[in-house]
Amino acid sequence: MKAVFDNENPQIVFENGILSAKILGDIDHHCAKYVRERIDSSIFEYKPSIVLLDLSSVDFMDSSGLGLILGRYNTASEMGAEFRICSPSSGVKKVLELAGIERIIKIEGDLRV
Amino acid sequence: MKKAENRMKLYLPSLSINESMARSVVAAFIAQLNPTIEEISDIKCAVSEAVTNSIVHGYRYNQGEIYIGVKYFSDRTVVIEIKDKGCGIEDVKLAMTPLFTTDKTGERSGMGFAVMQTFMDRLEVWSKKDKGVRILMEKKLK
Repeated sequence: MKAVFDNENPQIVFENGILSAKILGDIDHHCAKYVRERIDSSIFEYKPSIVLLDLSSVDFMDSSGLGLILGRYNTASEMGAEFRICSPSSGVKKVLELAGIERIIKIEGDLRV
Repeated sequence: MKKAENRMKLYLPSLSINESMARSVVAAFIAQLNPTIEEISDIKCAVSEAVTNSIVHGYRYNQGEIYIGVKYFSDRTVVIEIKDKGCGIEDVKLAMTPLFTTDKTGERSGMGFAVMQTFMDRLEVWSKKDKGVRILMEKKLK
């Protein structure tokens, strides 16, 4: 089953048990609420085995992004899904490293390639 | 006392939609110094943290005004001041502890001050309960 909703931020794709959420643009406190609600409702709807947060199109992220990531990690874990992040830019990576995110969440290349 | 080469002031209401505008305006001003991408990214992040703190914590009960002042000197030092007249911080030292947050939803990381501290060369925070917050940040560009 493949479900695609690509006119929204984040772009959600569900295929082969993997729920991919591609966030577009900046992640700050203002936009985090909407992104959070869309990802959480997709996790509850599709019950994926893997949740992949695609950061390849994120130019800017502050610590609100850390809250967003840790919150989705918790939601995915509660639903029994593995949670991964892929393709952060160097600026985004710096914020992730500051918080030591890589110690609890796997950061990798794009799974869909 | 050193004289600033250039300066700007910005007053904006504490609306979350203004977070991106605030960091973009500061970045546009700093661009006059031809900074590296990393320096711009660090400064944008630090400004975003301070402004978000004012919106989320300082003015959580009512809307207010946020002041942003930026100046730079001939030695390429950038000084940023961000002030609000919100509810203030009772214990600044505790608030600055990494991972500390008063948020109960689990959606705030408590890393705002840690980001400001790491991405800037100097950070000072003054606050008292009900007296707002004043933040001074400094970064010397290469």
